[in-house]
Amino acid sequence: MSVPLTLLGLLEREPSHGYDLKRDYDTYFGRGKPLPYGQVYATLSRLARDGKAIAGPAEHGEGPDRKRYTITPAGIAEVGHWLAEPIPPEPHLQTVLFAKVVLALMLGRPAEQYLDRQRAAHLQRMRELTDLKEHGDLMDTLLADHGLYHLEADLRWIDHTAARLDVLAQAVNQ
Amino acid sequence: MTAIEPVTAIIEARDVVKSFGQTPALRGATIAVQPGEILAVMGPSGSGKSTLLHCLAGILVPDQGEVWFAGQRLDTLGENRRSDLRRDRFGFVFQSGQLVPELTAEENVALPLLLSGTRRRPALAQARPWFDRLGLDGLENRRSGELSGGQAQRVALARGLVAQPAVLFADEPTGSLDSVSGELVMSLMTRAAHEHGTTVILVTHDARVAAYADREVIVRDGQVTSLTGAAK
Repeated sequence: MSVPLTLLGLLEREPSHGYDLKRDYDTYFGRGKPLPYGQVYATLSRLARDGKAIAGPAEHGEGPDRKRYTITPAGIAEVGHWLAEPIPPEPHLQTVLFAKVVLALMLGRPAEQYLDRQRAAHLQRMRELTDLKEHGDLMDTLLADHGLYHLEADLRWIDHTAARLDVLAQAVNQ
Repeated sequence: MTAIEPVTAIIEARDVVKSFGQTPALRGATIAVQPGEILAVMGPSGSGKSTLLHCLAGILVPDQGEVWFAGQRLDTLGENRRSDLRRDRFGFVFQSGQLVPELTAEENVALPLLLSGTRRRPALAQARPWFDRLGLDGLENRRSGELSGGQAQRVALARGLVAQPAVLFADEPTGSLDSVSGELVMSLMTRAAHEHGTTVILVTHDARVAAYADREVIVRDGQVTSLTGAAK
């Protein structure tokens, strides 16, 4: 999660104070990890320094900073560029798991049992995410789905690998 | 001092062996399911998971081993007694709804009650609340050809649950549905099962479907491997 770009994106809706941005960030993206105020204001200062936002005059009121920030055309362009750019389709190679499987086969250790433990751990996490979907709102559902589909992909790899352990064992022990 | 039988399982297979001709499907499958538990039975194609379900449900008789339901030996019962048990105590949902095309959705839901001897009017009255519960309001008089796949499967689910079975057997219940319809079926199934304390034995190869269960086992080469505790 890119905090600066996400805050900049929230700022594109309308000029906002830091605490408004923090509140919306925590609501939509925080997921139990609220953004520290210090990080919000430090980020806004950097965005202003880099010409992506403009800080308004200080206002009287509660809170550490009552400046209202406005996004600049450069900031809007930056958000547009970020949204349009596909994120790297990371292969999510299970490198640690892959290494464990290969090593287990090399050492004649029970790779299938290790894969079963990983499968159980994945399914447990999938149960937790499914429970979140069952009791959460649409935002929770979308977020949980993202996790579920990734875990499912890992599980398919685990199943596929488990079905080919004999051949893999021959390959690594040649 | 009398030994107390520690088994609390509502349904259980003990060392079940089942072959089809020369082909072994189950090679000593053992499993115990607790009352009210939702159990996912996973495993690769041809591993024997559907055969296990059919043996537990009394549809197939094992070649060796025992099947117990509610303290009663199931595999030694005659076909008629097993048929009665399936009708009165078990519910079924299969991959595609398998609704009776000549009957309306409401009559399909009421079918297990009608077959058990409940008169038509009370059977339909008992079927009706399920349409609201499963989001099927207004579809009571449609025939299966007039229902979407997801709707038909929810009607099949209502039919599986209408007689308040002790155990619901579900064999790939979302296999023919898109992911959103499938999730709706699973969500409704698990909620209704928890509400009524129904035990569910769910055969699936889909991990996202299995994630609705309380626990999962894997059938591999005709034997059952429990994953419970494996992650610890």
